[in-house]
Amino acid sequence: MAGNTTKVLLTPIFANNPISVQILGICSALAVTTKLDTAVVMSLAVTLVTAFSSMSVSLIRRWIPPQVRIIIQLVVIASLVIVTDQIMKAFVFDISRQLSVFVGLIITNCIVMGRAEAFAMQNGPIASFIDGIGNGVGYSLILIIVAFIRELTGSGRIFGFQVLPLASEGGWYVPNGLMVLSPAAFFIIGLLVWAHRTWKPELREDD
Amino acid sequence: MAYGTKEVVRMRYSKRYTILFSAAVCGFFAILVTGSAVLLKDRQEQNQRLDRIRNILQVAGYVDADRKLSREQIFKVYEQNIEPLLVDLKTGEVVTGLDPDSWDPRAAVNDKALSVSAPPNRAGIVRVPKTALVFVLKSRDEQSAGGTDQPGKSRAGISGLLLPIEGKGLWSTLYGYIALEADLNTIRGITYYQHGETPGLGGEVENPRWKNGFHGKKLFNRAGRMVFKVVKGQAGNDPFKVDGISGATITSNGVTHMIDFWMGKNGFGPFLKRIGKRTGRAADGE
Repeated sequence: MAGNTTKVLLTPIFANNPISVQILGICSALAVTTKLDTAVVMSLAVTLVTAFSSMSVSLIRRWIPPQVRIIIQLVVIASLVIVTDQIMKAFVFDISRQLSVFVGLIITNCIVMGRAEAFAMQNGPIASFIDGIGNGVGYSLILIIVAFIRELTGSGRIFGFQVLPLASEGGWYVPNGLMVLSPAAFFIIGLLVWAHRTWKPELREDD
Repeated sequence: MAYGTKEVVRMRYSKRYTILFSAAVCGFFAILVTGSAVLLKDRQEQNQRLDRIRNILQVAGYVDADRKLSREQIFKVYEQNIEPLLVDLKTGEVVTGLDPDSWDPRAAVNDKALSVSAPPNRAGIVRVPKTALVFVLKSRDEQSAGGTDQPGKSRAGISGLLLPIEGKGLWSTLYGYIALEADLNTIRGITYYQHGETPGLGGEVENPRWKNGFHGKKLFNRAGRMVFKVVKGQAGNDPFKVDGISGATITSNGVTHMIDFWMGKNGFGPFLKRIGKRTGRAADGE
């Protein structure tokens, strides 16, 4: 399984990226990418939830009644999200306040349930855990690229530190207001999808 | 696919098994969720209390937003400079016999016996508590040690006042404080400690640079009317205006409306009038 593990881990990062190839999880990618610190915490939360929910679903996959499997998956995912939210409120209070509802909305993130249904129901717990990590990292990669571009061009900052002095504070940089609005994330993700398919032509769909 | 023997497959489709299995899974995860909530509750509540006190101190100008203080330091500065007070909103009188430290403002609003329904207003406020928790900034001569950053401003025992405000923005209700100087007209600061506005847009109500714009602005004109506004574009040096947040007009308007409501006769108007008389300030209209 050694070679397989690497494949399970790396496929969702580049070849089958959940955002830029499967176009899943766009909603949160728009919402939390105005700043890098919220994007990073969100990435961590989604990665951990995907990994642990896939592992848990995989552990009980042989006993799940097929007709209620989606609901069982949701119970697992929702519980893990609530626990994650509780932990964040206890340990990273400020960031959890900024992420507000979006942590709770991980429950509805298609990536998490997609992996539980498509991978964890057919594979062992360790492989499912790694698949969850891989998909989480794939999601995180796009989120962080988008947040980096948006925070830098939208407010001239990286991780909250002013790197481009703003014109309104005596510097030279006039921030692009569009970048802090949700449509900007659409544009950037669109460009990333384009770039990704130019780099890997085999991803292009037939017309 | 490894789905076990035929009996197992048949069993997994039976109603009894489905219900029992679902109940077991739900029970297990219920314990997990409850356990984490119970275990972390103390820490979360402490975080919230600390956050509230830090906000109070920042808006009152006792600590810098950038300066990191330990929990103990924050509690110490709070004890030295700030005195919580319960106020009857209708009469404006101070309520004695209740403990301000254990008062829960949110519970009071939700309790039908402790609140009244609000008259129609643009701040989206539905119920107003009968009793509100305010904070008096102690004047220098009342403090045993430690200083305020504005000596000589004190009048009859107070150097300022901190009032809770809340109201609707675009997505959410914003909860915050407005701090006034001893003249009960000049804004000392404003802060929001809880809201669900869009990060980067309405969420910029938390931006220190925007909040700084409130410092020194006035609420009431000479006739005693509340004329303060958050405006689109350049407020410039107008003493009654603050620049709105770009891209967040509705949140900015919400800020105007909630200040308007809470400084008016259904909010802290009667209290401001009463305390204004006591401190020798000419009683204004509303």
